[in-house]
Amino acid sequence: MVHTSLDVVDEKISAMGKALVDQRELYLGLLYPTEDYKVYGYVTNSKVKFVMVVDSSNTALRDNEIRSMFRKLHSSYTDVMCNPFYNPGDRIQSRAFDSMVASLMPQVC
Amino acid sequence: MEGLTLSDAEQKYYSDLFSYCDIESTKKVAANGRVLELFRAAQLPNDVVLQITELCGAKRLGYFGRSQFYIALKLVAVAQSGFPLRVESINTVKDLPLPRFVASKNEQESRHAASYSSDSENQGSYSGVIPPPPGRGQVKKGSVSHDTVQPRAAADQQEPASPVVSPQQSPPASPHTWRKHTRHPSGGNSERPLTGPGPFWSPFGEAQSGSSAGDAVWSGHSPPPPQENWVSFADTPPTSTLLTMHPASVQDQTTVRTVASATTANEIRRQSSSYDDPWKITDEQRQYYVNQFKTIQPDLNGFIPGSAAKEFFTKSKLPILELSHIWELSDFDKDGALTLDEFCAAFHLVVARKNGYDLPEKLPESLMPKLIDLEDSADVGDQPGEVGYSGSPAEAPPSKSPSMPSLNQTWPELNQSSEQWETFSERSSSSQTLTQFDSNIAPADPDTAIVHPVPIRMTPSKIHMQEMELKRTGSDHTNPTSPLLVKTSDLSEENKINSSVKFASGNTVADGYSSSDSFTSDPEQIGNSVTHQRSHSGTSPDSAAPPPPPPRPQPSHSRSSSLDMNRTFAVTTGQQQVGVVAHPPAVPPRPQPAQAAGPVVHRPVDADGLITHTSTSPQQIPEQPNFADFSQFEVFAASNVNEEQDDEAEKHPEVLPSKGTTPLAPPPKPVRRRLKSEDELRPEVDEHTQKTGVLAAVLASQPSIPRSVGKDKKAIQASIRRNKETNTVLARLNSELQQQLKDVLEERISLEVQLEQLRPFSHL
Repeated sequence: MVHTSLDVVDEKISAMGKALVDQRELYLGLLYPTEDYKVYGYVTNSKVKFVMVVDSSNTALRDNEIRSMFRKLHSSYTDVMCNPFYNPGDRIQSRAFDSMVASLMPQVC
Repeated sequence: MEGLTLSDAEQKYYSDLFSYCDIESTKKVAANGRVLELFRAAQLPNDVVLQITELCGAKRLGYFGRSQFYIALKLVAVAQSGFPLRVESINTVKDLPLPRFVASKNEQESRHAASYSSDSENQGSYSGVIPPPPGRGQVKKGSVSHDTVQPRAAADQQEPASPVVSPQQSPPASPHTWRKHTRHPSGGNSERPLTGPGPFWSPFGEAQSGSSAGDAVWSGHSPPPPQENWVSFADTPPTSTLLTMHPASVQDQTTVRTVASATTANEIRRQSSSYDDPWKITDEQRQYYVNQFKTIQPDLNGFIPGSAAKEFFTKSKLPILELSHIWELSDFDKDGALTLDEFCAAFHLVVARKNGYDLPEKLPESLMPKLIDLEDSADVGDQPGEVGYSGSPAEAPPSKSPSMPSLNQTWPELNQSSEQWETFSERSSSSQTLTQFDSNIAPADPDTAIVHPVPIRMTPSKIHMQEMELKRTGSDHTNPTSPLLVKTSDLSEENKINSSVKFASGNTVADGYSSSDSFTSDPEQIGNSVTHQRSHSGTSPDSAAPPPPPPRPQPSHSRSSSLDMNRTFAVTTGQQQVGVVAHPPAVPPRPQPAQAAGPVVHRPVDADGLITHTSTSPQQIPEQPNFADFSQFEVFAASNVNEEQDDEAEKHPEVLPSKGTTPLAPPPKPVRRRLKSEDELRPEVDEHTQKTGVLAAVLASQPSIPRSVGKDKKAIQASIRRNKETNTVLARLNSELQQQLKDVLEERISLEVQLEQLRPFSHL
């Protein structure tokens, strides 16, 4: 998993060169033979990356669903950012954020 | 109902009783069953009870609303005092003792009554009370016969009442009792019923001076469980309601003093919790909050930037996580800055937390920021959130409080009890903190472009729009945008944002602080400004009057861009500039930039930072007529425009064509400005002007719509329409900006590659 995420990050960096604003960046290619999971990447305009790892056991999620999830994630993240008490880089401990993320889970699982 | 004037003590008492009866926590209606039970406990003959019910209007309404309930309570007191029951007696009987209710739970009530009755005198003296001295010998109070109504200094126990007593308001003690109560839920009425409320009040007054009592009261919850009696209502099922009531009382207390008292910490304990009603902010508290707000941000209509708020609240020594949570709850519009209401809510939450109350998961309704102008708050000082939403149908913020709409009505009563106000320890040391939000609003670096995507919330702006519309009653010709403009003027920050947005479109995107307000109002402002510009060209700034509402403080010029704009205008024969500078609302630069001859690079930047569009320079003269053709524009503007056009043929051409061609072209892209690089300025300028023109056209048309309507609802619809248009425009702007960003990134990459080449060995 660790390697995967690193690879994902690397790929993202390469992707930065061109369409950084590409919200979708559906990185749907990372499917290991054993661990069949999909990794989705999403990059914000400020180069904050969201990586979503989804188990492929459930029916493959549609691209739009993933996008919408990322949008929500992005929106919640910006809300967290607005909090002056939040230092970028810290672990996010916002309850609202956590609840939002949790609400996304059932869609994926 | 007849006007009902209640003393402070009465108010508190009544509110507590009401909360007690308000088992459904509706805050509006007291359960009939409870109420009747209460009345029976008053030991009045049944027919008297019936008569009271009738008099207070409950029979008419079928339920006991808060006002009915209070009137009924007053009548009970009247009846108990032996006075004939009449409607007039409500207000004519002076020094009416508090109604006494005898019954299991009423022990406390009676106690309370006693205490209340005495408190009228005492109340005044409580000034310092809020933080009842921790150690107060409440116990001793207990011993004091409650019969003695006289103010006895000591009785902390009374605390229940005393805490409330807090300084400013006498009523208070209820919070105390509540507190105690909460601590000893079981204790209830029992123990010392005698110590009785009465003495407390007075003692408080005196005790307060010692301040010990209050604190003692709080701290000594244990000793005086009985004290709670007062709260005893609370003991019983309504505990929760009592809690709610409390906050009010606690609040009273706290507000006051905080600063001075070292015991504030104790007090804080008192009550802050308010989980429903408890979250109400009393007048004192609110005043205190407002004063604190002023120390940070003199403009009550402005915002406190996030960093300033952070420093301020950090002084309260709460853990960062909790402060973070408080921020999440209170920053209603998620703009990274706190308005006065948001600040009060946050402060209140901090007070509550320091007093030991847990933070709620969602913002209590009473803490909802009022979206309507603060002037409304006067009526509902303690119910900040409720009034706010009356105006905004659609936007209703969201989720925070589903019941908000129901809170729109202001309750006749007041708030409640005094709450222990907590003061930050540093407070005395003056919290002059931080920065003016001004600096925050306009990010220092205009080129920052996009810091992070900022979800644009239309809600706040819409709400503000409503405010504006409300305000607009007077202004006749104000366009729909006017309200926004007006509103923005109220919020200096918004103005700034707007202005900055206008001038540096990038700002809104990049700046996390830019709220939707800026966005929504922006286009309109821009439109207005554009309109104005035209109108102003060559004419005095006053000409801008027609479309825009009262001239705003030129928020747009606050930013550097405004300087550029000024410069730009200066260059451009100053026609538009004059208008622009003079009229805050107008977003002058827009059209201008295009006009400036290529050399004036600033212009494009200043004006709108529009991203380059295909410039349509060539058609200058032919375009001009387009201006005139825009019926949407104010006649005035049109005339001005024509004037301008004559003067600056080239300036307008781009604008005109843009107007004519794309009436709804992407909104002026003030944001763009920031992002542009020098080489892009030119093309952007053209684009900018075009966009400006289009935007102006769009905006111009918009104003006319609402005006004709003249009704709030229609205005709201119009504003909704406008907002939608703005949204589309902004969406396009966003896409364009992203494109720009991509280009810039490519440049950057190429530069980095070059750098790498120049330092081939650095990585070895």
